[in-house]
Amino acid sequence: MYNFEFVKPATIADAAKALGTEEAQALGGGQTLIPALKQRLNAPATLVSLSGIGEMKGVCRADDGTLAIGGATTHVTVASEAAAHYPALAALASHIGDPAVRNRGTIGGSLANNDPAACYPAAVLGSGATVKTNTRDIAADDYFQGMFTTALHDGEIITEVRFPVPQKANYQKFVQPASRFALTGVYVAKFADGVRVAVTGASENGVFRWTEAEAALSADFSPAAVEGLTVSADGLIRDIHGTPEYRAHLVKVLTKRAVAAAA
Amino acid sequence: MPKDTGIGAAKKRREDVRFLTGAGNYTDDINVRGQAYVHFLRSDVAHAKINGIDTSAAAAMPGVVRIFTGADFTGVGGLPCGWQVTDRHGVPMQEPPHPILAQGKVRHVGDPIAAVVADTYEQARDAAEAIVLDLEELPAVVNMGAALKDGATKVHDDLTSNLCYDWVLGQTDDAAVQAAFDAAAHVTTLELTNQRLVANPMEPRVAVAEYSRGTEDYTLYTTSQNPHVIRLLMCAFVLGLPEHKVRVVAPDVGGGFGTKIFHYAEEAFVTFAAKACNRPVKWTASRSEAFMSDAQGRDHVTKIELALDADNNFVALRTNTMANMGAYLSTFSSSVPTWLHGTLMAGNYRTPVIQVNVKAVFTNTVPVDAYRGAGRPEATYQLERVIDKAARELGVDPIKLRRQNFITEFPYDTPVALTYDTGDYNGTMDKLEVAADIVGFAARRAESEKRGKLRGLGVNCYIEACGIAPSNIVGMLGARAGLYDAATVRVNATGSISVMVGAHSHGQGHETAFPQVVAEMIGIDESMVEIVHGDTSKIPFGMGTYGSRSLAVCGSAMVRATEKIINKAKKIAAHLMEASDTDIELKDGRFTVAGTDKSVAWGDVTLTAYVPHNFPLTEIEPGLEETAFYDPANFTYPAGAYACEVEVDPETGKVTVERFAAADDFGNIINPMIVDGQVHGGIGQGIGQALLESCVYDENGQLLTGSYMDYAMPRADDVPFYAVDHSSQTPCTHNPLGVKGCGEAGAIGSPPAVVNAVIDALHSGGMTHVAHIDMPVSPSRVWSAMQG
Ligand SMILES: Cc1cc2nc3c(=O)[nH]c(=O)nc-3n(C[C@H](O)[C@H](O)[C@H](O)COP(=O)(O)OP(=O)(O)OC[C@H]3O[C@@H](n4cnc5c(N)ncnc54)[C@H](O)[C@@H]3O)c2cc1C
Repeated sequence: MYNFEFVKPATIADAAKALGTEEAQALGGGQTLIPALKQRLNAPATLVSLSGIGEMKGVCRADDGTLAIGGATTHVTVASEAAAHYPALAALASHIGDPAVRNRGTIGGSLANNDPAACYPAAVLGSGATVKTNTRDIAADDYFQGMFTTALHDGEIITEVRFPVPQKANYQKFVQPASRFALTGVYVAKFADGVRVAVTGASENGVFRWTEAEAALSADFSPAAVEGLTVSADGLIRDIHGTPEYRAHLVKVLTKRAVAAAA
Repeated sequence: MPKDTGIGAAKKRREDVRFLTGAGNYTDDINVRGQAYVHFLRSDVAHAKINGIDTSAAAAMPGVVRIFTGADFTGVGGLPCGWQVTDRHGVPMQEPPHPILAQGKVRHVGDPIAAVVADTYEQARDAAEAIVLDLEELPAVVNMGAALKDGATKVHDDLTSNLCYDWVLGQTDDAAVQAAFDAAAHVTTLELTNQRLVANPMEPRVAVAEYSRGTEDYTLYTTSQNPHVIRLLMCAFVLGLPEHKVRVVAPDVGGGFGTKIFHYAEEAFVTFAAKACNRPVKWTASRSEAFMSDAQGRDHVTKIELALDADNNFVALRTNTMANMGAYLSTFSSSVPTWLHGTLMAGNYRTPVIQVNVKAVFTNTVPVDAYRGAGRPEATYQLERVIDKAARELGVDPIKLRRQNFITEFPYDTPVALTYDTGDYNGTMDKLEVAADIVGFAARRAESEKRGKLRGLGVNCYIEACGIAPSNIVGMLGARAGLYDAATVRVNATGSISVMVGAHSHGQGHETAFPQVVAEMIGIDESMVEIVHGDTSKIPFGMGTYGSRSLAVCGSAMVRATEKIINKAKKIAAHLMEASDTDIELKDGRFTVAGTDKSVAWGDVTLTAYVPHNFPLTEIEPGLEETAFYDPANFTYPAGAYACEVEVDPETGKVTVERFAAADDFGNIINPMIVDGQVHGGIGQGIGQALLESCVYDENGQLLTGSYMDYAMPRADDVPFYAVDHSSQTPCTHNPLGVKGCGEAGAIGSPPAVVNAVIDALHSGGMTHVAHIDMPVSPSRVWSAMQG
């Protein structure tokens, strides 16, 4: 690790100010950032810890019925506190990494990082959630812009995520055997006005919506509805754990399983 | 009734108390006053010419003590290879130099180029980044087939090619082998890969050295399975130091699995630097460094052919293997694909004609050497896979085919240089059939199919040559060392015993099992016996721990030393009771005069030995301490039969291991609980190899699996509960305890069982076109195979 300054502000306003300084970087749970620092892949001048900001933590039902989750809320808290409101989301959080990762890692950190194999991006895009920052609201469809790329500006803080709560939902994660991130993961959410299907782990462009399946499932929410569809392997990830063709196949299998589990 | 003490008792491991309560003293726990830290600047390319190394800016960085490069090591020896293999034409293998720090060229990602010694570890790393390298990248040689082609880029410019040796064992006459194949009724052929693995002990390697200007003594603390071997190699071949001035300590080493057998550049470096800097120097590998500098395992590409007659008797076996050596010859690398692999190709079977050919190849990858099983897993895997394929092609039951070809008479001379002293392969297979509940498989398969899953059963046998090894034989085969071991039994005045053993324990439970033997022989409580190991200044000598040799070889030395103790103690007892020593009997810790009620206790005799007021001083010396060296007469031959049941998800190709049963013949058992644990761990590693683990380089020699994000280690939920049976026991005929060794069996026997089971599952689902899937049998590979 290179040397850095460390600050731990208590408010979003102070954090935003600290992040305005030269080469400052937000620190969430550190589960992605700290290993990168240890490998000397990253050299921030100042780390601005977000874990002391009370207004960025916790899970609650907003007046409009959406589920509000503070940007610095840990996976373990989402797993327990979202369970009564949005079981599919809580279940997803409960299967991220291991207990140590879940006790420190945060939803804001996961979304800011936007790892192409991460789980939360599928839930956020699949739910049509809104990513709230210290300066604006970003719709999920605008937020994810490719592998490790998001709509966030430098120094912008994810303060909250607002999830519309679907009638039914389920996340199917097929684990990559080494990291146990998603080799491919599919999030299916059925709302009164239609179905959303978000796929993580599969594409070179990060999380994406499988719109053909959404249309088919909106008409008929059953595994059989996607039976006739095929997923193109173009642009899907090839690595030592799987070919594009395999991932394309998994997208369909997992979508069917998610629908079956949700229904 | 099971015994609760002595030989055969399932004693809990006494060392676990300190390991599990944070009281262990691991190598990285050792810090020497005033120590500096070294960071190695390692190559990030697989192959390059070094045109220049500019350390001037780095040397001026804060805290830097000194920066070393290859130039500081001219005149210092390189790391030696401990086994000279002679090729099929009688020519010794090509043996390139293996420098401490790169000389002129780097040959794999991770090859150390420079070493920065600084006050703190972070300062050393900072300074390493300021070193300016002028590297001229060369094409990397990664694929073994390509490495052997004419005109291939050479890993070592001074060698004639990338071929280390072309070795043959068994029937050397190609025409005779071909004739046997031509006469066969059926030939089964299989091409397969035994993939490269990373050993991944829990504690990465560490080395700390200090030098005393006053006494000119060195002490090296290092993560080693064999401190005396390290001292010998480092003193005699690398640094040219007198052995009596060097103490090597291997404390509570956190696992080894083979990769801590070898003598490494880093430990020689810290020893050298401790004097050069006149300051203790410490190195602790990061996990990333471990991935690119610990010797790796396996990496064979093989074609095997099995010939059978019309009655399904095995008549000939031919196997051709390319074995990856990596960029340099690690300490025992050359012996692994030859004498630890080719010699096992007979397996448990009567195959009259066997030819084994191995071509060892240099590539721009991390060196490869022994990893749990070392050669024997590669032999077992190919043999048991080809037998399984043959059974499928011939439509015969795979267990029946094996039984039909078992060796049943002992001693048995194989066509590949070994003499099996004893075994009962049918008896062991009987145990397996019960432990695995083979008859219940059909019902379990039907149940799986109801849930939409394919279920497969895979069975295989294994045999290994352990208790390594008779020095005269291995000497003839090219070993540059003897492979005996040693023990000193020191009885203290009050009767407690310290046993100094050459075998090192880094997870094997020696501190528990060895005292059970000594306590049983004397008839005292085990708590009175303690094992001392891992320190060249305390133990007489020792070749260390590998090849499942500790109990069979070092344990035998301990038995011999204890026998000497008992003989001497009897003389003292005889003197005390004014009887003849030939009349003295030792039982339950008391010496009695046969046929009388006269007796003295163990403690009376030991006290007399050290307080010799009434002592036969003219006949024997006071004190009670004996040393024995033991050189085995033969290898030992643990053997067994394993069965694995898997479920395959036909939609995703995911394999789960549902049941695993092991029947092993380890000869006599000292501590059945420790044996269970060794087998469990070995099977876990074997399942890891079969389903998960793989070390992968890209075509430029970059390591794609340099962390746990991509290198898949088995976890608790990847393995089932195991049924382990070691009641089939044919004691080893040539060592005093009748033991064979159990440390590697699980890792040797399990991979073919898993793969055989997967193939069986796919065939049950109608996918009869799938003859083989290379390990790791990952979901994506299974799915691809299913697509045809
Ligand atoms: C062993 C292991 C297993 C894992 N398994 C999974 C898994 O199965 N599925 C999965 O989805 N993830 C997994 N993860 C990743 C984990 O979820 C991380 O917690 C997450 O990716 C990063 O969150 P963090 O709070 O730790 O962020 P940090 O590591 O602190 O930060 C990550 C990045 O986000 C930025 N950042 C942090 N918080 C904010 C914020 N509020 N606003 C703006 N920027 C911010 C940081 O500056 C940094 O660039 C795993 C991680 C590990 C170590």
